[in-house]
Amino acid sequence: MSSDVMAIPDMRAERRPWVETLHDWVTTVDHKRIGLLYIFYALLFLVIAGGEALIIRIQLMFPHNDFVSPQVFNRMFTMHGTTMIFFFAMPILFGIGNYLVPLMIGARDMAFPRLNAFSFWLSALSGFLLYFSFLGGSGLYGAGSAPDMGWWAYAPLTARAFSPGSSADYWTIAVLVSGFGSIGTAVNLIATILCMRCPGMTLGRMPLLSWLYLTMSGLALIGITPLSAAQLMLLVDRYLGGHFFDTQAGGSATLWMHFFWIFGHPEVYILVIPAFAFMSEIIPVFSRKPIFGYPVMVAATVCIAFVSMSVWAHHMFTIGMNSYANSFFAITTMAVGVPTGIKIFNWLGTMWGGRIQFKTPMLFSIAFLFQFLIAGLTGIIQAAVPFDWQLSLSYFVVAHFHYVIVGGILFAVFAAFYYWYPKVTGRLMSETLGKWHFWLFVIGFHMTFDLMHIPGMLGMPRRIYTYDPGRGWDTLNLLVSIGAFIQAIAILIFVWNLVVSYWKGKRAGNDPWDAWTLEWSVSSPPPAYNFATIPIVASRRPLWDLKHPEDPDSRYE
Amino acid sequence: MVSSTGLSSIFAPETTPAQSIFDLSMFVLAITGVIFAVVGGLLVYAVLKFRATRDDADREPAQVYGSTQIELAWTVIPILIVIVLFLTTARVIHAVQDAVKPANALDVTVIGHQFWWEFRYPALGIVTANELHIPVSDPAHPRPTFLKLLSADTDHSFWIPQLGGKTDLIPNHPNTMWMDPRRTGVFLGQCAQYCGTQHGKMLLSVTVDSTEDFDAWVRTQQQHATQDEAVLAGKRVFETTACINCHAIAGTVANGQYGPDLTHLMSRKTLASGAVANTSDNLRRWIENPDAVKPGSLMPAMKLNDADLDALVRYMATLR
Repeated sequence: MSSDVMAIPDMRAERRPWVETLHDWVTTVDHKRIGLLYIFYALLFLVIAGGEALIIRIQLMFPHNDFVSPQVFNRMFTMHGTTMIFFFAMPILFGIGNYLVPLMIGARDMAFPRLNAFSFWLSALSGFLLYFSFLGGSGLYGAGSAPDMGWWAYAPLTARAFSPGSSADYWTIAVLVSGFGSIGTAVNLIATILCMRCPGMTLGRMPLLSWLYLTMSGLALIGITPLSAAQLMLLVDRYLGGHFFDTQAGGSATLWMHFFWIFGHPEVYILVIPAFAFMSEIIPVFSRKPIFGYPVMVAATVCIAFVSMSVWAHHMFTIGMNSYANSFFAITTMAVGVPTGIKIFNWLGTMWGGRIQFKTPMLFSIAFLFQFLIAGLTGIIQAAVPFDWQLSLSYFVVAHFHYVIVGGILFAVFAAFYYWYPKVTGRLMSETLGKWHFWLFVIGFHMTFDLMHIPGMLGMPRRIYTYDPGRGWDTLNLLVSIGAFIQAIAILIFVWNLVVSYWKGKRAGNDPWDAWTLEWSVSSPPPAYNFATIPIVASRRPLWDLKHPEDPDSRYE
Repeated sequence: MVSSTGLSSIFAPETTPAQSIFDLSMFVLAITGVIFAVVGGLLVYAVLKFRATRDDADREPAQVYGSTQIELAWTVIPILIVIVLFLTTARVIHAVQDAVKPANALDVTVIGHQFWWEFRYPALGIVTANELHIPVSDPAHPRPTFLKLLSADTDHSFWIPQLGGKTDLIPNHPNTMWMDPRRTGVFLGQCAQYCGTQHGKMLLSVTVDSTEDFDAWVRTQQQHATQDEAVLAGKRVFETTACINCHAIAGTVANGQYGPDLTHLMSRKTLASGAVANTSDNLRRWIENPDAVKPGSLMPAMKLNDADLDALVRYMATLR
């Protein structure tokens, strides 16, 4: 064990010019710095896409509101969706993984540091390309700026007949380039986890986080490839006279749907598996118990990954597939609930009989469990195909997937921030601000997304820029919008907490949570190249073994 | 829709398919509700029961690594639940999707356009828009309506929650759905699949008529447009501007196919696919500047002078 690792002393004696610091960050190949770049970049887009969500919510506060035009509204929900998925969720999860995986498996960096930097800068470029469409999207046609075809970009709306100008091209190329970045990082994570583990860390002793990132990366390779192919086909359609999706010339609109969702559904798991990863590290530490059923958790994760590749058409129950296809995708979708349920039960089993400490990361984790349970159940509800004929494309679906992405993934990301922030900065985040952030966000979240299910069941379709009064949707939409503003305030508190704690936070030391995985054995922030001597481990909880030599885990595994 | 208020809840079914969907949803909600109560209850119990106290803060609890029996239990029970849910679901899928069309069924072809609905009754020779009329279907003597769903441009989706689930209208991909409403009335819905700028105002209503009312409606709709000498000036405006490129009025030279058929415009309650009530004022506003009523709609402003505009509106008002 490497408890005797020392932080490499700070050698920067005098202040350096900012250009040099900037140069360091731009040219870095250090996994921790690249991880942080990913995180900063993602937070920037979180704020932008959150602003777009608020514009949507202001417009829908009242019936016949004219805060924005239908054209602007359509751009807002397109940009909000695209940004949140491709430029917030993916980069922040890759960023956290980039930072943590080498530290947790006892490696000094990722397997391919230069590929790592390349992947990040591709992603960065793609986000700015997408937003450049606000300036350059009109093309020569004066056809309106940012893309407005929805984040699924269903054919034939993307055909030149319906999307003149260049905005659709900025969208396509941005998604394509960000896909290349994601593929690069996925390859890198797989190589790192398979080849760079420290002595003694067999696959069966890896922290669950590494297992989950391994699975997620594999899924990213499989999911993003068809998406990239479809984007290339769309470009061929738009510029080289291809007719893959051009229905005016005999192309197929449903082909695009299949391509998109065969990416789109695994994508949900690409995002949620890292959230599972954070839960699997945080819940045990604050319950003071090892994860319940480690091998089953690994098996369930891999099982989810496999099954999630055969469920894509449950996004397409209304397109008129035959009854056999509908039944097939119903059973696969319901089946994915089994391993997911197993995971929830194992987290519960971990808490059971523990001594739960309600620190901010654990609060977010408990809320995650509760909300992810509901999100999973509304998912099962929609797997009942005929029920989905009613719910699909309505606000019920919007509520459901925000329950997954906000109630599940974003809560897990917040938990991860509070949990690992002291490792990254050397200072703890403020617990007081953390609790304000938590409770306000919980209240805002439930006000928005619990209520949002109801207008869907009362017949309100998604993506409408306004609605008539008297349909029973008015009050609900107003409350949903108010909840969105409460969430926005909570996010501001969070950002404020991130900033003040950097200077004013309590000093954390190496191991503020009395945790068990390798990242807590090094200084906070970790030194360059992480480990002066590569650690050797004998169990899944190397730091437990160290702290309890009389009762080490290695005896039971 | 402006002319009528009311809910369009999925929990107030009025047809056989909507009813079987409703029954299935109650079953699914009950099962998921029980799961939520049990698992959510366990979570709350765990959070309350196993909180750290001041006394035991320093001691670590018993380190438990797992249990094969428990894992097996919470694997097998969900699998059984999934099987039950799937079999119930598959039954309803089959009942709704694979229903055989009876010989007396009414056929309607629905064509989605940016941003309005075209309804064609091939056996009756009727073409209308935005407000679908179908006969009630007495359970003793069912007379269901079978819709063939097509699209002229982008993807749309036909959704009247009380009459059944939604089905998309996709270019080059004909779909079908059917409904057998048990009572008369007006049922509201709107396009559910994002189809472009004015997706939000692509509203839809279905009027379920008694057999007699429906037959009377059919007879009216089969007539050519009324020819009223008093509004000849307006008719001339219509026939000599670009209106006829897109709109048809049976019995006149206007035979455009791109926009809604206007032969019996005044029999409809709304204009622009439910955007506004069908009044003379609104009609004038709509013709003068469609973008003011429905920004982004594909109907161009014709730049008519006031006299022509008034004449045209007076003519349109005779198209009952």
